[in-house]
Formats: sequence, C-alpha cells, structure tokens
Amino acid sequence: MPNEVNNRIQNKIAAFVGFVVKEFKQIYRDKRTLVVLFGMPIIQMLLFGFAIRNEVENANIMVLDASQDQVTQELINKIDASNYFTVVGEIQRYDKIDDLFQKGNIDEVLVFEADFARKLQRGERPSVNVITDASNPNLAQLIQQYSTSIIVDWQQRRSGLPNEQNSGVVANANMLFNPQLKSVNLFVPGLIAVILMLISALMTSISITREKEMGNMEILLVSPLRPAQIIIGKVLPYLVLAFVNVLTVLALAEWVFAVPFRGSYGLFMVESLLFIFTALALGVFISTKANDQQTAMMVALAGLLLPTVLLSGFIFPISSMPWPLQWISNLIPARWFLVIVRSIMLKDSSLLLLWKETLILLVMTLGFIVLSVKNFKVRLE
Amino acid sequence: MKPISVHHAHKSYGAKEAVKGISFEVDEGLLFGLIGPDGAGKTTIFRILTTLLKPDKGEALVLGLDVVDDYRQIRKHVGYMPGRFSLYQDLSVEENVAFFASVFGTTIDANYDLIEPIYSQLEPFKDRLAGALSGGMKQKLALSCALIHKPEVLFLDEPTTGVDAVSRKEFWQMLHRLKEENITILVSTPYMDEAEQCDRVALMQDGQILSIDTPERITKTFHNQLWAIKTENKYQLIQLLRSYEYAESVQPFGEYVHYTDKREEVQAEHIMEYLKSKGVINPTVVAIAPDIEDTFMRLMEQEETYE
Repeated sequence: MPNEVNNRIQNKIAAFVGFVVKEFKQIYRDKRTLVVLFGMPIIQMLLFGFAIRNEVENANIMVLDASQDQVTQELINKIDASNYFTVVGEIQRYDKIDDLFQKGNIDEVLVFEADFARKLQRGERPSVNVITDASNPNLAQLIQQYSTSIIVDWQQRRSGLPNEQNSGVVANANMLFNPQLKSVNLFVPGLIAVILMLISALMTSISITREKEMGNMEILLVSPLRPAQIIIGKVLPYLVLAFVNVLTVLALAEWVFAVPFRGSYGLFMVESLLFIFTALALGVFISTKANDQQTAMMVALAGLLLPTVLLSGFIFPISSMPWPLQWISNLIPARWFLVIVRSIMLKDSSLLLLWKETLILLVMTLGFIVLSVKNFKVRLE
Repeated sequence: MKPISVHHAHKSYGAKEAVKGISFEVDEGLLFGLIGPDGAGKTTIFRILTTLLKPDKGEALVLGLDVVDDYRQIRKHVGYMPGRFSLYQDLSVEENVAFFASVFGTTIDANYDLIEPIYSQLEPFKDRLAGALSGGMKQKLALSCALIHKPEVLFLDEPTTGVDAVSRKEFWQMLHRLKEENITILVSTPYMDEAEQCDRVALMQDGQILSIDTPERITKTFHNQLWAIKTENKYQLIQLLRSYEYAESVQPFGEYVHYTDKREEVQAEHIMEYLKSKGVINPTVVAIAPDIEDTFMRLMEQEETYE
C-alpha cells in the first residue's frame, strides 16, 4: 500500500521537523547561551585582533648616556620619535637599573658607552647596551629587536650603504613593521577552528547530555523516534549557528582588520562545513559516553578545546614541538583544518593541493559518526 | 493476549538486586496499581516494561511483544510518564503537547477528544512555560503528553508523588475516565490510600510482590480484629503494647496505634485494663476495619519473620 508508506514517511518527516523546531526554540530561549554563542566569536576576534598582539606600542625607555654627545642625542631622539618607544628620562648610574626594573614602569634601558661619537669617527664600533625586563620574555625580545633595528637603521642611513658586517641584523629589521594586521592574519584561521570546535562540539554534547540529565531522553526513547532522528535533530541547529559564526569571523576579519583573503570563498565554505561536521560528530560521540552536562563540558574543554588551542599550530608552531607532541598533533582535527584555511586564505591554494588534509578530516568525521551511532544507547543502560 | 505480562523477571544494578523474580499479568482495560515504599523496585519494573531496561532473567511482554526483541514496536503503542517530571521546562504547555504529538506522528487536533478533559484545564495556561507550572499542573501536562498518541497501554510511575491532595483526587478521576476508553493503565504509588482507586493491586516490598488481588480482597485477608488505640503518650503506648504478652502486631498510624491481638475472643476492655494496670490514664480503644495499609504492614511483617 503506497499510501500507507507515504503516510509513514510523512510522519517521520513531521517528527523530525518538530524536533528541529523544538531545538531552535530551546536555543532561542536560553538567552545566556545565545549571547555566548554569538558574542564569543566577536569578542575573541576583537581580543586577538587588538589586545593580544605581538607588537610593541609605547614601551617606556630609560637612557643611561655616558657619552652625552651629539650622536647619542640624535639616536635617542630617533628612538623617542618612533611609535613604539617613549623615552621617559635619563639615569646617571648603572646600579640604578635594577631598581628601575623592580618598580616595573620601565620596559627597557639603553646604555650608551662613553666617547660614543668619537669612537664612531675613529671607525671603531661603539656599543649600545640594550637591557630589557625578561620576566616577560616575548615582550622583552620584541622590544630588543625593535630598538636594535632602529639603531641599525640609523647607522645605515649615516653611512649611506648597508654595512656588510651588520647584514644579519638588517634582516631582522625587515621582518617587522606592519604591525596590527600581521598577527591577525595568522590568528583568524586558528580562531575559526577554536570557535567552530567550541560551538559545534561543546554545545551539541552539552545539549544532548542535558536531555539525559533532565530525564527528557527517557521519554524520547519511549517513542517512535529513531537514534538518527534524535542525533541529526540535535546537530542541525548547531550546524547553522556554527556556520553563521564562520561568516561573522570572516566579515570582521575583512572589514575591521582588513585581513587579505586570496583564495576561493566557495572552497573555504565547503572546508569549513566539513570541519563543522567533524566537530559535531565529536560532540555527539562525547555525549554518548557522558551522562551529565558537567562531564560533557569537562571532556569537551580539556579534551578538545585545549588541544585545539595548544597543539594545532594555532599559537605554537608544530615544528618546534617535541616529537611526542608532534605525533599527538596529528590526531587533532584542527591541525589539518588550520593548514587548509591558511593555505586558502593566504596562498589561494586549490583542492588539488589540499586533498590530503581534506581526506584526513573526512575520514575522522566518518569515524566519529560511526562510533557515535554504535555507542548511542537505545535504552537507559 | 494480556496487555502486560511479566514472568519471573529479575534485574540487578551491580550487586544490588532491585527486582527479584516478579510475575504478574494485567487484563485489558484494567487500572492496575503497583503499591510499595520507595526502593521496592516499582520504577525498575516500569523501565523494563517501557523497554528502557532489559531484564537479567525472565521475560516481560507488552501487547504480546517482547520488551527486548520487539522494543521498537512497543514504543509506538505505549504512553509513559516517568516518576520525575521529564517534559521540556523551557517550552510552553502547548509547545510540549504539540512536540510530543509530532514525535508520534499525530497532531493535537487529531486526538483532542481523548485529552480534552485533562488538557482543557491547562488551556488557560497554554502559553506558560512548563517549568513555571505547579506540581499538579505539571502532572496533568505530563499525562496529556503521554496520551496524545492514543496509547493502548499507559505507564504512570508515581504520578501523584509531590502533588497536593486535591490534585491527587482529580488525577485519579481522570484515570477512571481513561479506563472507559479501554486503555490499560499500570500505575505505581507509595501512598496506600490510593490503592483503593485501582481495580487490582500488587503490593511490593524489596523487589518482590507480596500479594496481588483486588483492594477489597486484599483487605479481607486480614482476619484478626484490628484496634485503633490512642493515649496521651504515643511512644509509651507503643512500648507497652509491644511488651504485652498477647500482642501480635503494633503499628503507629498517625495519632493512633493499630494493634492486633493473638487471642481469639478479645474485648476492648481487656486491652483497656492492661493499659490502665500499667498506669495509662484514659486510653481510647476502638475496633476498626482494616484498610490496605494495615494489610500491607502485616504482609511486610510476615515477610520479615519468614526471612
């Protein structure tokens, strides 16, 4: 009887639609989560874009000028004139330096040796001692590089041609100086990975375990709903939300931070969808194992989010990790997604170049889907 | 074919045996009650019958279908209301009912006549979130959701626990109305006074069924004369009666103590005299008819001495 079959299919579709509608309503009513869902990408983007930058701005400098001649004055003025440094004063004695750093208001002390100008005229190489507060090693290194390069730059201009002996230092100077944008370029792909992981995996696992915790699952199981309907119904809204977030981050990157996007938008969207599926499958898998929201959250945060941030190459380059961590990083989906997105955004790579990474993600996703379906409990035990 | 039949079902959680070889059957269109204290194994039986748990040993059939092999078929034809409120608290009354209707492939309108007597009471609050309802209202909503697909068998696990006396009474009236629709109902309750509302009851204790019969017949198995005794000091009274050489059972019941005697022919005066001889002033001793709670207590005591 085709009519009956038709009816049954219609009922199945109606049940599924009802489930998805219910899920959207619940997400919409949970305002706090909603704010986190849509606010988080924006806040993270702005944080990484503006606050967590690898550039120096207005570092405070103290000068110990033992020479007090025209040349050192010229150099000090040049450093003070740059955007990165402010010369706040001078000190007379070397043993004051420690005290200064202890107080913490000073980022760097420049020490010019005596007879600076005369030594320079005689063709000697007078030294500038750059002392920084390395209790913040990253900042100290940056400040040191910046000030060195300013000095090198000044020297080049003075002599009119690049000094062969200093060529190594000159290379240092070229690396910098297009601040703001540069670090954002690198952060955007990683940020997309983190946000997608967070929303897709964390939120789905929490939302499924919530049904278990609140006892809703008990009634859902005693109904004609099949596991696939429940899982897909749970996952679909987060797929949409995650995708909206991808667009948000992209829009912010483009219009607020002017990050270049050299590759194909179409390919980028498809790869993002694939990664969303990976994360969703992971979230479902976690929820088949965890029985309450708290466990799901801890597992998702410690097991997924931390590795995504630390081991994917988002912040620390994989090549400089010890080999066990390098090996582990291969298991982290975000690692492959990062390669894909960076290549598309910055290098305009095509699928031909990215097929390996794409395939790895695809296999991971299918694996987690199979595991989830196998582990989904149709009973309470 | 009996709508519900359970044969020698066992179920353990780890080392703890929650259900110890239970058998019972429920006839079509009957309101069958599982009566027993917390921890008697009532919820486990409900979960076995609703296909949520597999029995370790023995078998359970619902509508002639095995709860393990044919669980998918059973799930289409039964309604289940768990002991804990399990609807969506962040959905409104109407949204909850509509959701469960769609899950079972039906609509509110299609089955409105069945839920009307219950749901009509909720309709003034249909836009209120389920989490904001009172206990009695929540139970009515849960019943509406369990009924929305016209189930053939209805499983209600402690539907009246935590509900005020008026709502409890209303709830039982609704169940009687549903019986007229020829729906078989299995209901559990820890309240003995609700047993009389059922057509048949199974008294449960510690994973076993002590007795299955109609409530009237169960109370009739209570042969001895039952006395309700009251004095100023209830604690002292219990002590005195327990040390009385003819005492058979002594159970506190509210402000009274229910007492049975070993002697065949005993008069109120005998007991009064004994109490007065022990210095009790003005005891009240009244002959009363036993109710199901007395029977249950006696069955429980027998079980304990038997062990």
